[in-house]
Amino acid sequence: MIWLTWRQFRIPAITLFALVVAFAVLLAMTGPGIAAEYADGIAACAQQGTDCGPFVNNFLNDYQTASLGVSAVALVMPALIGLFWGAPLVSRELEVGTHRLVWNQSITRTRWLVVKMTITGLAAVVVGAVGAVAVTWWASTIDNVPDNEFNRLASWVFDGRGVVPIGYSAFAFALGVTVGMLLRRALPAMAVTLAVFVVVQFAMPLLVRPYLLPPTDATVEITESTVDTFGHNMQNGRSTVLVEGQAPEEGAWLLSARTVDSSGNPVEAITLPESSTACTPGQSATPEPGAGMKTCLAELTRLGYRHELTYHPASRFWPFQWIETGIYLALSLALAGFCFWWLRHRLA
Amino acid sequence: MTAVLQARGLGKRYGRHWALSDCTLDIPAGHVVGLVGPNGAGKTTLLNLASGHLTPTTGEITVLGGRPGTDPNQLRKVGFVAQDTPTYAGFTVAEHLRLGARLNPGWDDATARDRIARLGLDPGQRAGTLSGGQRAQLALTIGIAKRPELLILDEPVAALDPLARREFMQGLLEAAVEHELSVVLSSHLVSDLERACDYLVVLVDSRVQVAGEVEELLATHHRLAGPRRDPDQLPRDQRVVSASHTDRQSTFIVRTDSAIHDPVWTVSQLSLEDLVLTYLDSSTRVAPRPVLEVQR
Repeated sequence: MIWLTWRQFRIPAITLFALVVAFAVLLAMTGPGIAAEYADGIAACAQQGTDCGPFVNNFLNDYQTASLGVSAVALVMPALIGLFWGAPLVSRELEVGTHRLVWNQSITRTRWLVVKMTITGLAAVVVGAVGAVAVTWWASTIDNVPDNEFNRLASWVFDGRGVVPIGYSAFAFALGVTVGMLLRRALPAMAVTLAVFVVVQFAMPLLVRPYLLPPTDATVEITESTVDTFGHNMQNGRSTVLVEGQAPEEGAWLLSARTVDSSGNPVEAITLPESSTACTPGQSATPEPGAGMKTCLAELTRLGYRHELTYHPASRFWPFQWIETGIYLALSLALAGFCFWWLRHRLA
Repeated sequence: MTAVLQARGLGKRYGRHWALSDCTLDIPAGHVVGLVGPNGAGKTTLLNLASGHLTPTTGEITVLGGRPGTDPNQLRKVGFVAQDTPTYAGFTVAEHLRLGARLNPGWDDATARDRIARLGLDPGQRAGTLSGGQRAQLALTIGIAKRPELLILDEPVAALDPLARREFMQGLLEAAVEHELSVVLSSHLVSDLERACDYLVVLVDSRVQVAGEVEELLATHHRLAGPRRDPDQLPRDQRVVSASHTDRQSTFIVRTDSAIHDPVWTVSQLSLEDLVLTYLDSSTRVAPRPVLEVQR
């Protein structure tokens, strides 16, 4: 049965493995160069005693597209496994009738599916792991650049790093097999597998991941360093100010940022009393740039306004990775279990 | 001789449609059994139940004394060549034999290679490029080399031309004799079965109409032609299978174990084809007399 599985699987297996290896080689060749460029740049500006900010910005600009591309490949790979390894595994046999040949040899159907799913499923996990290691290693330089904007819990970075690609690969494979078993035709099975997988991959970061761990709540003072966007509007001589907070620590994943008043009620925009002129442009005594905003923010703080932030700290990257991988592996096992049930009870 | 296939009140339902109902059957071992019936009569359903591909909705079926297709031991004893003789299009002939060898502990590689050589098949040729007849022969080779006790074939020759049919049936018979196989094969054409089978089962509208050894069936069925008469007036030991009448004449097909003495009848023998057609043609079929059934 192992021979038969390999005989049927060898062409898609070699094709996808070749793609993954080629991709890994490409990353292995470019990765050290990127790391060296960054290290040299930092060393240079440290030596000259200048600010490293412009260099870091340039560096990130240069590699943003490449990094996005690599992440995209990491996202597509599990889908390919589901499409080309999972969906046809059983549906192709049912479609052309060869299951009636193989089921009449001296081997039970359960064993037939066990061997097929184990070998192909393990291959899927290996491909997922190889891809994940290569991408994580290649992107480590870019990922570790200190940058406030950057959060590793955001979907396109999170999905291609660490251990989750293994879970995604296993899930995509099990999904493909299940759909193929239900639809009994390879091409529709591939289409439905892709559609379902894409939906799941969008739903996970949007609807599920924020709740994997209870988010951290923080109430922080409104200062220049906590404000992400600042808006000001004059109406009938009264100032209306809009402030939006940002993540309180580097790389954190901000779920919601609200402004609350002194009694803790959320407010959309802050309307200052007529008596307060701190936020009225041109009223500020000090001419230095940015001082107007500073005075204004100080006034907001004096009036009791605060940021109320809900976020996941950056340190949760690995807990999230393990939890999400666990969820996907559990889903994969559940689908595999369903496949065996369906094979015994419905597929006849 | 033990039974190779026993069915008691066997039925299979798909949704609201019964593909097979109340099928009771007892096929002894050591025969080449022809299962004949029109398309849609339930032949494929019965054979799939026998091979374990389907599970019955009602009743029970035992094959070689065991429940079909549940454990490797049962699978080893029963060979099945499915309708349209499926093969892996991308596999070569040799790879199909390797598949057989890998998946069957009792695989008879010498027989398999010998058959392939005698058929003139190129072991390196892909199954997808074989003709229908060659593909059927390949499937049959796998079925035989598995060395089962019972080989079931579902319409194996339906898609073949007359020459390929004859060669296929010949190969099947030779193997049945050589390996002391019991064989059950279905067809909707009597001519396919006439030379090969020594046991016949006629299935119409998902019910078994008649089952028995071909010789015995031919010896006990008679065509009676004579002046018009009501079927009820015939002797009780003559079971009327079919009746057709003109204004002055009646023709009956009767089944009886005793000789027919009534001089008014012109008695003639039936060919196997006529016999089967009699059971297939529902317009002339006469329902068995209940009284008769009780006495028998």
